[in-house]
Amino acid sequence: MSYLTLDGVSHYYFSKKQYTESLHNISFSVKKNEFVALLGPSGCGKSTLLSMISGMLQPAEGEILINGEKIEISDLEIGYMLQQDYLFPWKTIIDNVLIGPQIRKRQTSDLKQKAIALLEEVGLKNVTDKYPSELSGGMRQRAALIRTLITEPEILLLDEPFSALDFQTKLKLEVLVSDLLKAYQKTAVLVTHDIGEAISMSDRIILMSSNPGAIAKIYDVPVELRDESPFLARKHPKYGRLFDKIWADLDQQKHTVKPVEENAYERS
Amino acid sequence: MNGPKLFAAYQQKLKKEAKIVLTWQLSILILFFAFWEVASRLYWIDPLLFSSPSRVFSSIWGRLIQGSLLGHIQITLFETILGFLIGTIAGIVIASMLWSFHRFSKVMDPYLVVFNAMPKVALGPILIVALGPGYLSIIAMGFIISVIVTTLVVFAAFNEVDQNYLKVLRSFDASKWQCFKEAVFPASLPAIISTLKVNVGLSWVGVIVGEYLVSKQGLGYLIIYGFQVFDFTLVMSSLVIIAILAAIMYKTVEKIEQLLIRK
Repeated sequence: MSYLTLDGVSHYYFSKKQYTESLHNISFSVKKNEFVALLGPSGCGKSTLLSMISGMLQPAEGEILINGEKIEISDLEIGYMLQQDYLFPWKTIIDNVLIGPQIRKRQTSDLKQKAIALLEEVGLKNVTDKYPSELSGGMRQRAALIRTLITEPEILLLDEPFSALDFQTKLKLEVLVSDLLKAYQKTAVLVTHDIGEAISMSDRIILMSSNPGAIAKIYDVPVELRDESPFLARKHPKYGRLFDKIWADLDQQKHTVKPVEENAYERS
Repeated sequence: MNGPKLFAAYQQKLKKEAKIVLTWQLSILILFFAFWEVASRLYWIDPLLFSSPSRVFSSIWGRLIQGSLLGHIQITLFETILGFLIGTIAGIVIASMLWSFHRFSKVMDPYLVVFNAMPKVALGPILIVALGPGYLSIIAMGFIISVIVTTLVVFAAFNEVDQNYLKVLRSFDASKWQCFKEAVFPASLPAIISTLKVNVGLSWVGVIVGEYLVSKQGLGYLIIYGFQVFDFTLVMSSLVIIAILAAIMYKTVEKIEQLLIRK
């Protein structure tokens, strides 16, 4: 039973003199509670795809359905996490976390208690009245995660949320996010260019090629790896095998890839 | 542990540095007035034209006791603060409108550029004709001289706000107004404060020039009057008062900055 469906989605970028097809005929579906990773080189349009799933960007062609409903009219909550925390520096951590409910005018004191509890759950105690600049990068990204989760999104979109962190913090956060998503039974789409991250966190990996962005291959992550936490999954023998396979496919892609100019059709 | 000791030494160093800077600042001030006084008494400069500190301060004192000076100060201060506030607030409001309506900003662009480049003081005579030779023209002068530059600077600051902040808000279905209120405006506050600082100076220019042109009262009037009756002590006295008032106004803006922007 598919929950999120993309059907023949294409997208174009326009400049004054030419247009570029950035995404070509993307179709895939995500089941409820599934964790899917979109893996690909930078510039393959994976972030654009995420923007479209979030409903902020309309696909030029094709359609995106959630629960069989068009994304624009669906009032399902979608959580979006960006490459950096983007906590508002002039707001305290608690105000940052509660910005979603505040904007939707659904702020209650219960929600505040819940936010504090969630913050404590991710190891952020006694920081509620601090400002983001007083926190480390990892702590800030954790606060940003809670900001996304507090609105109880049905689908979580993660746009390389760990890419700006140091390796140790990144691993810890991967484990945390993976645990939280399992605990709260969320559906998630992760965009990343890190093969290891894709394998260790997700149930399925969609490998993309660029110019124009298209689906190159889809891998099912072995069950043994899915059930492990990202940290332990990295040590599993099957991890190495899948890594090598994806690496080889990416490498081959690089050799067959066409230069950008050929795909940027001149408008005459 | 050497920590506390080194920290105390560091604090000592900071204090000492502050003291040295303050000593220099005071020395320059005193030297300036001392040199002015001496130069005037020894006729290195013409005391009739450049007056002297002793005369300036006794003139200020005399007029204060007499009660005529306070009225002039009040009027000029009132006009300047009003011109400053209206100019700044109107500039921020116009910038917000430009930000809200993208096409409007594109349409207005050449007009803003022309109006910004134009010497606003040249509009003085037209203002007097339109608004009459009174407060209104002078306040309008203080307003007109700061409004366009405020608009341009604040609008530029609005546009430089990191789009990802807006993306975060839009993922929560924020409206355009909510995006403005929660992200664009607070992120632009430092730029807004720095235009406030520029506008303090500009509104003084506008008001003093306005008083040159029309008024029968105020510090600008005193300067022109002193010039006409060849009383340069009066001109210098007004200048000293303006310098002090402008500095106080600037410091007030700085205090507001400290209150609004937490680092």
